Amino acid sequence: MITTTGLSKVYRSRGREVTALDGVDLHVREGEVYGVIGRSGAGKSSLIRCVNLLERPTAGTVTVAGQDLTALAGRGPRASKELRQARSRIGMVFQHFNLLSTRTVQDNVELPLEILGLSGKERSAKALGLLDLVGLADKARSYPAQLSGGQKQRVGIARALAGDPKVLLSDEATSALDPETTRSVLQLLRDLNRQLGLTVLLITHEMDVVKSVCDSAALMDDGRIVESGTVGELLATPGSRLAAALFPVGGEATDDDRTVVDVTFHGEAATQPVVSRLSRTYNIDISILGAAVDTVGGLQIGRMRIELPGRYEDNVVPIGFLREQGLQIDVVDTANTPVLLKEGAK
Amino acid sequence: MTWSEMQPLLSQACGDTLYMVGWSTLVAVVGGLPLGVLLVLTDRGGLLQNAVANKVIGQAVNIARSMPFIILMVALMDFTRTVTGTTIGREAAIVPLAIGAIPFFARLVETAVREVDGGLVEAVQAMGGTAWTVVRKVLVPESLPSLIAGTTTTIVALIGYSAMAGTVGAGGLGDIAVRYGYQRFETELMWITVAILAVVIALIQFTGDCAARSLHRRGGRSGPAPKLRLLKAKEPAAPDVGKAA
Repeated sequence: MITTTGLSKVYRSRGREVTALDGVDLHVREGEVYGVIGRSGAGKSSLIRCVNLLERPTAGTVTVAGQDLTALAGRGPRASKELRQARSRIGMVFQHFNLLSTRTVQDNVELPLEILGLSGKERSAKALGLLDLVGLADKARSYPAQLSGGQKQRVGIARALAGDPKVLLSDEATSALDPETTRSVLQLLRDLNRQLGLTVLLITHEMDVVKSVCDSAALMDDGRIVESGTVGELLATPGSRLAAALFPVGGEATDDDRTVVDVTFHGEAATQPVVSRLSRTYNIDISILGAAVDTVGGLQIGRMRIELPGRYEDNVVPIGFLREQGLQIDVVDTANTPVLLKEGAK
Repeated sequence: MTWSEMQPLLSQACGDTLYMVGWSTLVAVVGGLPLGVLLVLTDRGGLLQNAVANKVIGQAVNIARSMPFIILMVALMDFTRTVTGTTIGREAAIVPLAIGAIPFFARLVETAVREVDGGLVEAVQAMGGTAWTVVRKVLVPESLPSLIAGTTTTIVALIGYSAMAGTVGAGGLGDIAVRYGYQRFETELMWITVAILAVVIALIQFTGDCAARSLHRRGGRSGPAPKLRLLKAKEPAAPDVGKAA
């Protein structure tokens, strides 16, 4: 649904060049919720703005719903008519809502319809329907300043849906909201994705967002996509930073003379009593340093960090045994534990 | 001078001042609004980024602003004559007054429009809006309270300028104050004009503030306010909610 190839964006100011995007290839399938996660300055914002060409990419192409937007753009900074029409079919929600303070909630939702040139009657019918869909039918006559953050974002979503888009871009839509509201807004996005078959591309710096709504995810760092795939694929990838961040398991080795192993269970293996079997087979003591079980993208996933006595060289056989059980094993070098995604809110 | 002698002079002068200020304000708003908006749009990172146009408009505005009004009035005499057929009288005074006020108002518009959150512009672009849509649906409505405040400031400045126009035969309160008050030592009449000016300016400022505030309130807080309910008694302001805005 959304494909970018070799997307680059370089900002030039006063002779200095800053590369925000460095050859990004992104592929979002129709009907999925795709999360791009990364710390501030990783290029997420530039990426999502390049998708509807609010930012002109320096190089590369963007295709949305089979239409090559970069070809429509034309030269010069002004958006061509074709590009504007294409944009009207891509919804966008923003971190700070971007509602017009001088318009009522209903008038805000009608704004994109005014741009599309609908008549007053059609506009109000459509706007009221959308407000009903996001659960704000009773707030149509209120002004944005009278709403809570979560309600404002619901209005933002209703507005983004006004042009019957197939694609919704979400620019940190929940980053200004508290955890409770975040959950309800994400739930709404998920429902819309299911009900309307909406393809959602969201960028965020919160792992929880990816965990609760995304089918697929990509990790961005320094203008590049470092990892990407469906959540299941990511978890099955040894050493995946995203998987580690989605499933943080803590715990340090208690002594130098130990081996720390991360065990990831998914699918069949999740039901096997592997730890006790390992202990019995090799007659070793196993300590569990940390563990987490959760559902990600509808999959039951477990992750455990265990400690085996002796150095890695002494544990090759037991680790081989674990691998044979169909588990994914990552041996953790505790001397330099992989840095998990740590990120402060903007 | 008795009151019965002063009264017709004063009412004529008040009428002249209001006439001059009213028309020149109208022209200043009509001319200054697009100029101010263009200054923002053509600036770096603006929707119609155009360094040359921005420089040209900016410089033209600066030159006009730097000229003392009394000089501008004299410099524009030929132009005034072609427009109104005369250089004397209240119609003639409108020309330099309006031309002096256009750049003044344009700068105020520029400041007001710059205050509008760039995110709103982005949102409208993302909906497929043109630059013109952005101006019409976002920049002007969202900056309306500041634009009204700017108009008030312009009117007050124009009243000051109109007094100077009075010295070249345009009539008005300034003319009375100088001709009678200063040149004929009718101190009393001069003080009355000053008092009238003070009251007029206070009234204009008050009206402008009320209008700006009521628009701000509409988007700000408290119950659903119907459109254009300007200058009407308000229910007591809601306690502090959303005051930060």
